[in-house]
This record gives sequence, C-alpha cells and structure tokens, in this order.
Amino acid sequence: MKSSAPLIFAFIVGIIVLLSEFIPHSPFNEIVSTLEGWFMIISGFAILLGQISLIRMNTHKIVHKLDNWQYHLAGLISFGLMLALGLLWGMQETPGILGDATGIQAWLGQKPFDYLFENAYLPLSATLFSLLAFFIASAAYRAFIIRGLESNLLMITAIIVIIGRTSIGTMLTGWLPESLHFWHFPNLADFIMEFPNTAAQRAILISAGLGIVGSSLRIILGIERSYLGGDK
Amino acid sequence: MRKTLLSLLFLILIGLLMANTFSAKDSPWDDGKSIDLVWEISPMAIKVEICRQDADEPKRVLLTCSDPSGSFRDNELEPNNEYHYQLKAYFQDDDLTLSASAQTRAQWFYMGKLGFLLLLLLVCGAILYYIQAARHGKEFFIRRIAGLDSMEEAIGRATEKGKPILYVPGISDLDDIQTIASLTILSHLAERAAEYDTEIIVPCRFSMVLSAAKEVVREAYLKAGRLDAYKPDNVFYLTDDQFGFVAGIDGIMLRRKPAANFFMGSFYAESLILAETGFATGAIQTAGTAQAHQLPFFVVTCDYTLIGEELFAASAYLSKDPQQLGSLKGHDFGKLVIILLIILGVILEILETSNLKEFIAGAIS
Amino acid sequence: MKISVLAERRIIYLVLLIAVALPLLFPIGWKTEVSGYTQMAYDLIENTPENKVVIISFDYDPSTMTELQPMGEAMIEHAFKRDQKIIATALWPMGVQMAEQAFEKVLRDYPDKKRGLDYVNLGYKVGGMVTIQAMGRDLKEVYPNDTRNTPYDQIPLLANTRRLKDVAWVSSLSSGVPGLKEWMMVARDSYNVPVTGGCTAVSAPGFFPYVNEQRQLTGLLGGLKAASEYESLIGRLGSATTKMDAQSVAHLLILVFIALGNIKVFVAKKKKTTKTKAFIIKRRKSND
Repeated sequence: MKSSAPLIFAFIVGIIVLLSEFIPHSPFNEIVSTLEGWFMIISGFAILLGQISLIRMNTHKIVHKLDNWQYHLAGLISFGLMLALGLLWGMQETPGILGDATGIQAWLGQKPFDYLFENAYLPLSATLFSLLAFFIASAAYRAFIIRGLESNLLMITAIIVIIGRTSIGTMLTGWLPESLHFWHFPNLADFIMEFPNTAAQRAILISAGLGIVGSSLRIILGIERSYLGGDK
Repeated sequence: MRKTLLSLLFLILIGLLMANTFSAKDSPWDDGKSIDLVWEISPMAIKVEICRQDADEPKRVLLTCSDPSGSFRDNELEPNNEYHYQLKAYFQDDDLTLSASAQTRAQWFYMGKLGFLLLLLLVCGAILYYIQAARHGKEFFIRRIAGLDSMEEAIGRATEKGKPILYVPGISDLDDIQTIASLTILSHLAERAAEYDTEIIVPCRFSMVLSAAKEVVREAYLKAGRLDAYKPDNVFYLTDDQFGFVAGIDGIMLRRKPAANFFMGSFYAESLILAETGFATGAIQTAGTAQAHQLPFFVVTCDYTLIGEELFAASAYLSKDPQQLGSLKGHDFGKLVIILLIILGVILEILETSNLKEFIAGAIS
Repeated sequence: MKISVLAERRIIYLVLLIAVALPLLFPIGWKTEVSGYTQMAYDLIENTPENKVVIISFDYDPSTMTELQPMGEAMIEHAFKRDQKIIATALWPMGVQMAEQAFEKVLRDYPDKKRGLDYVNLGYKVGGMVTIQAMGRDLKEVYPNDTRNTPYDQIPLLANTRRLKDVAWVSSLSSGVPGLKEWMMVARDSYNVPVTGGCTAVSAPGFFPYVNEQRQLTGLLGGLKAASEYESLIGRLGSATTKMDAQSVAHLLILVFIALGNIKVFVAKKKKTTKTKAFIIKRRKSND
C-alpha cells in the first residue's frame, strides 16, 4: 500500500489534469483551479521547510566546529539579522511589529531592512551575475579553437554575432548601400539568430517536448518510479 | 394581375433588404463563458451600440461601432446563466432597438484543441505500443549516450581521489519535469555512489526538491545495502535566491573540491558560472538540460553534456528496463510524425493552403 | 616564459576589468541601431490609446537588474508619455523593490503622475503560472491590497480592471522562471492579451521563436543593447545607453582573446611538430 498509494494518486491526478485540458465542462475546470490553489498554499508552507533545513545544517556545523564553521556562522547571522529587521520594523511602506522605525529612518535615510537590502544584498547579487562576463572571456579563450570544419563555422558565426551585437558592427558596415544591406553586421547577426539559431533551438525544443511527453506518461502510468525513491 | 404580383414582389424585396436581425447564441465548443452576438441591420445606420443588461448590475456597453453587420463574442461570462442583450442602431432621424438573449452552456470538449488531442493521442499511442512490444520481449537498439556512460568513470575517479561528488538538480521547483528527470538520474547515481562508498553532496534550491531528493538518496543507499553510509546532511537546502544558490555551490566546489560535478535539470544564466568554477577545480563535469540557450555554455565547459531529450531518456538508459527503452522508441515515432508534418506544412504553405495549419493551431470556431 | 593556466585566467580577468571600467568612466558615445524586435515592442506601447491600463511585471532580482532595470524604467517612461495607467506586479520576491526603484527614478521627470491614479504597485505573489491564471479570473482575489495596504476597490486606477482581459498589454521583464514564458502561456494564449517583455541577453535566443506570426510575443528586448535601443526610441539618455560603450569594448576584447587562444594553440602545435621531426631525424642518424 505504501508503494502503490503514491502511484495510484499520481495516475488519478495526472489523468484528471490531462482531461481538464480538453473538457471545459464542470467539474473539470473547478478541479484544476482547486489544485492550483492547493499548489499555492503548499508552496507557501514549503518555504518553512527550507528554512528549518538551513538552520539545522548550519547550526550542526557551528556546534561541532567543522571545517569553515565561521562561514556558516556568518550565514546564520545574516539570515537572522535580515529576518529580525524585517519583522521588527518592516520594509518599504509595510510597518513591522515595532512600527516604522522613524528614528532609525532619520539616521539611515531608510528602514534598516531596506538599507541592508540596497547596500549589501543588491551589490552582492549584481557582483555574482557580473562574474559571467569574466567567465565568458575565459571560456571563449579556451574553447573557440579552430580544429576542423565545424569549429571554423562556429568561429565565423561567433565573430559575426559578437560584432553585430555592438555599436562597432553598426559603424563598420553602416556605409554599405541599400542593395547590400543584408551584409550589414547587425542584420547578419539578426539573420543568424533568427534562422539557423532559431531552427536549431526549435529542434531541441521539439525533441525536449517529446521527451517531456514520454517522461510524463511513464510517471502517470507508474512505469517510472525513481522520483519516489525506488524502482518496482 | 401581373402588375400586382410585381408590386408585391418589389415590396417583399424592400422588406427583406430593410430587415434588421440581432441574435445571441451560446458559443459552441467552449467552457460556457461566452456568447456570440450577430447582427445585420440597414446600411443606413450611423452608429451601433450593443449593451448587456444583467439582473443586478447596471447596463454595460460592450461595443460601439458603425458596422451595419458583424459579430462579437462576449467573453468571461458565467456558465448556465441567462444573459440579455440590447442592440441600439442610430439612424439619421430615428433609432432602432433590438433585443436578444441566450443561455451560456459549457460543452464537453474544446473543439479548437482537436488537432492537439489527435497529435497527443498519436504520440502517446506510439509510446504505449512500443512499451507493450518491449513487454513481449522485443529488443530495441538505443545509441550510446556518452554523458551517461561516463557516470561510472566519474564515480570511480572520485573514489580514487577520496573526494566527494557534487550533484545539482537544477534551479527549478518540483513542478518542472526537468527536475523530476534529474531526480531519477540522482537515484541511479546515488546508488552507484553508495556501492563505491563515495560521498555525494546535493544542494537544493527549493524545499520541495529538498524533500524529494532526501527521499531519493536515502532509498538509493537502502537499495545498495549501505544505509549506514547515508548522511542526511549531505542533501540540504541553500537558498531560494538564484545567485545566492550559485554562490553557495561555487563555495562548495572551491572548498570541498569534488572530483565529479553533475549539473542536471533546469538552469538559466548561472550555468556558465557553475560550470566554469567547476572546470577551474579540475573536476570531471557532466551536464544535462533541456534549456536550449544554456546548452552552449555547458558544451564549452563540461566534459559531457546531455542535450534536451537525452536528459529525459536518462532514466530509461540507466535502468535498461525494456519497458522504458520501448517508450524511447515512441519518442522517435513522434519525431517522425513531426518531420512529416513540417514537410507537409511547408508544401501546403507554398500552395497557399492553410487548412492544416489552422486545424493544428486550433482555429476552428 | 611559460604562464600557468591559473595566471592566464587572472590576466584575462584583469584586462577585461580595465577594458570595461574605462568606457564607464570616459564614455565614448557610440550609436546603436534599432532592431526589429525592439521596434515591435515599442510600437505596441506607442499604438496603445491613452488611459488604457497596462501591466509591467518585474520578474527578476537585483542580480540581473543591470540589464533589466533600464528596460523597466524606459517602458514606464514610455507608458507615462502615452498617458497609460500602469499596474506593477512581481512574480519574484525582489521584483517589488525593483518596481519601486524604477518608479522612483522615472517620477523625478514626471512629478504630476500620482500613485493610485496613474500607477500602482500590487506587489509579489508566490505561485508563478498559477498566480497568472488566477489573475485571469479575478485580479482582486489575487491582490486584495496594494503594497501600501490600500484595498483594491479604493484604487481609482483599478475601478474598471478586474481581470487580465481588461488590460491593454502585459510586459514581463524576466530573468528566469516564473516570468515571460508563463505570462505568454496564460495572458496571450488564454486571454489574447498582447505580451511583450525583456530578458537577459543569454536568454534572448530562447525567446526569439515566440516572436512570430501568431504574435505569441509582440517584440522582445534581449539584453542591454535592446534596452539602449529602446531608450533611443523614446529619446531618453538612460543607463543602458551609457553602458553600451563598455559592452562594445568587452565584445572586442573577447574577439582578441579568441585570436590569442588560437595563436597559442597554433604555436604549440608547430613546436610539437618541429620537436617530433627533430626526434625522428636524430633517431635515423643514430640508426645509420
């Protein structure tokens, strides 16, 4: 029963959701909106599970003074600080338990939560995303090597798209007459992105879509059970 | 007599030309939330206004135009309700008011989705057919997927070095099928890791993925008979924030220096940050995603990449279960159908016939 | 002199840092040509009549605000210019603050625009596509109050807006899931509301197929370049335009790195061939 109950449940719910896609009559449309509501409620509660796991894992490492326990302490302190500031004084126009922190706002210019958000969290987040630029440079230096026909084609298209996506592309070929406008770098870059790139992306999307259909069917029919933790 | 008949005919003709009609009908093949209004009035009309008069609500103007004939669909109504409409046509010296009413009724099928249903039945039917064929002993050939064959090599390398394996199940929640596909691969990998006594680290972005991953890894260790070696703290939640999650994983890679990294599931802009950091640590890397625009980053930085469909085929490939392998054959049949439809569609478009396109896109009204 | 792989990487990062920083400090002023995708997005907003209610959904967090925030500011300014009424929503938690910051910046040039009358921030709701589907049925049910706890019915802008169909267009500025795709699947496919939006440059190729005849997406702003194109269309010298110089220099530098990488491999290959030839000649001589 323990192993078959989830499979039966997955089958029933899967078939109902599938049918509701094609049957507009009640109760199918109501079942789907009910399931949607349940998902929203569960998502909200599930956040709590994650926080408990986070606190537990970090506390264990701190208490047992495992390797790099200082980082885990810093993580917990940051978590606790933001939580406390948000609860006590709120954020933006939303007041907290202790009100709107007018005194602190006069000193900092804004609420403590907002201050830390804008001056600590925002720069950290933007910095991590900006690492992409550096990693693209090092990956390009390492990977764009001419070895054969395919790598040659890759190189040529990469150069056209890189130049075409900047102001330099506009300047380099902006002087071309109207009849040769196709060879204008930005237009060439757009052509490559719109046709060969889109064709390849659509092919991958189609095959991934079929993979999703097959995978979902296997899960609904109970043939695929690994996601539950065990095979038959 | 002849003159009288001709006069009568002339009067009837004039009458017909001057006939004003306004009708309301429940929209066919829908969820009972719309009514189709059709009107035809004298071309002398300057303005046409259509209103809906509900029982407890003020009159609501739906449409104002100058077309003497036309149609309009009133949407977002409630099923099984009676609605009353009024058409007011304004002429030079006069105006005309016509009324119509209809009851909304939900049908049992969205006819506009017939094309979609037929395609789905065809593909699902093929998958079921091949599963049945596999059950009856038919063997199907599946080509080598290097990324999946390399799993053993990666685990072996990690065991030799005495380093852990890092497995990232994507950055989407459990409602994304890529995450579920990733968890099925995790199950096989965790079982192998348990057999080799290699530590496996699984950071999760969402709590529901955490719960599922914990269960998957635990069951894998149980199946391998190594429940004693299972460490629940190795499957943990990091943060919901996308780049916070990436920062956490990068930290794990740089500190713990796993010998093998697996990035399986849904990834976005952080894919290159993860893979490049892993490359810098010298780990053997395998990635798999159906996000087509992230694949180039993984291909460039990882040793093996599962492209699109290969991620969903992984479970069948790894388990070697004949039924699951049979379902992969169904995917191939689906691809054949789509190729034929594309060729047919291109030919029909060249011939300026768009019936097939409209049927599949659901333009039937 | 042999340089280690680690040192090579560090040199690349340092050179890139300098190359990107300099144009930000000393702007060059290169011009950008407007692409078709950006023009489509612009035309949608430009051709929407006055006083229409529109939605701009801020579905990103601070990590991608460099590319997406300028788009948000430009679209808000464009909508204000066209006297459209803006509803800001967010499917990502940080999107609420992103929206507030964008409004704050644009309102400096439009002080006559009033919250509640010309724009409103309804805030964040968890659930992604499920939330958008619920918005399609009843906006008030999803957002009973705005971010200032003003009840839905007391916001004049929302008086005649109860569901997605009452909105003229939706723009989703997104850097992942949930985001643009979900808005397209619900607002456009189910309710026939035109959807446009913006995304990061790396995600843009994945969305191009949706800008098609069926207008699943009505235009797309893909990355910083598209943001600067949009700014040039509305006649605004925003942050995207100033950052494009740095992006152009960075792109050129990457081309230089690719060339250097190829030269390095070519030289190494040649050295290896020369060494092998010399070894073979030596062996032959010793055998003789």
